[in-house]
Amino acid sequence: MDQPLYHYTLQLADTSLIMGHRMSEWTGHGPMLEQDIALTNMALDLIGQSRNFYQYATRFQEGMTEDQLAYLRDSRAFKNLLIAEIPNGDWAVTILKLFFFSAFHFHFYERLSHSADRQLAAIAEKSLKEVTYHLRWSGEWVIRLGDGTEESHRRLQSALEEVWPYTGEMFEPSADESLLTHNNTSVSLPSIRRPWLDTVLRVFEEATLPASAMESGWMQTGGKNGVHTEHLGHILAELQFLQRAYPGCEW
Amino acid sequence: MPTAEPLWEIFIRSKQGLDHKHVGSLHAADAQTAIENARDVYTRRMEGVSIWAVESKYIHASNPDDAESFYDPASDKIYRHPTFYNLPDELKYM
Repeated sequence: MDQPLYHYTLQLADTSLIMGHRMSEWTGHGPMLEQDIALTNMALDLIGQSRNFYQYATRFQEGMTEDQLAYLRDSRAFKNLLIAEIPNGDWAVTILKLFFFSAFHFHFYERLSHSADRQLAAIAEKSLKEVTYHLRWSGEWVIRLGDGTEESHRRLQSALEEVWPYTGEMFEPSADESLLTHNNTSVSLPSIRRPWLDTVLRVFEEATLPASAMESGWMQTGGKNGVHTEHLGHILAELQFLQRAYPGCEW
Repeated sequence: MPTAEPLWEIFIRSKQGLDHKHVGSLHAADAQTAIENARDVYTRRMEGVSIWAVESKYIHASNPDDAESFYDPASDKIYRHPTFYNLPDELKYM
């Protein structure tokens, strides 16, 4: 079995699943019907991406199903980025973390679509269209909050302080990830940090947010190695309840 | 409604070559957002390839009170309908 590729694929699947789950929490609670639908659409995009990765991952484990991977692993086995699991907070926090993540996702999938692994490349190519829209949508919101009212600017500023420490991990490769970069299977994360920053700064300028707000400080890490915030356990309790209470349940 | 965002009328072209059709309305702060909202509300099941958004206040409508003088005079003028021609089968969307 190709262990590094299996772990790498899970890493991508877990991040999309958890981010998608967080976004789905807005369903029925959006500030306006239109935004409610927009976030639900994006949640579905992300969960769909995670399914593609999980289905691919099952090929590396005899007898494994995508449901087992998503619903029957404990938090220490999850390899998602921490930015995916932190709480939604107010609208500004939700928008900003989705924006940081979508900008990353965009540059990431762009590279992954050229992966030597054809299945990963195909999933990336399909997903790129979806995250291009996520990036655009969240970016437009960052601009409107930052360049909006005094209150929306203040909230975005405080969201920035809260979310920024979770951006560093996106560019820190795990051991498996580094191993796979050599044969051009995984994306070289340090190489997309600059393009990501340029994308972010373009939007921040329009949003009248100072670039100095993004001076790199201490960064949270651990997600890719299964060391999570306390929030992931709560997410999984909800996400996995049905499958654990009624094992093998289908619908 | 927590905000006083204006109302927009949304028109969708379902495929190239057809005209835009009114599909409904939604709230948005500005034109750009209206188009994005329309994308999420009205095209998520592959309904369209192009979106127009017009702020509702710019739509001018006829008055229902004028219905008699506007529309009734046409009701007995069947000769205005081009229904006396045989259309070839290949012609669609007529």
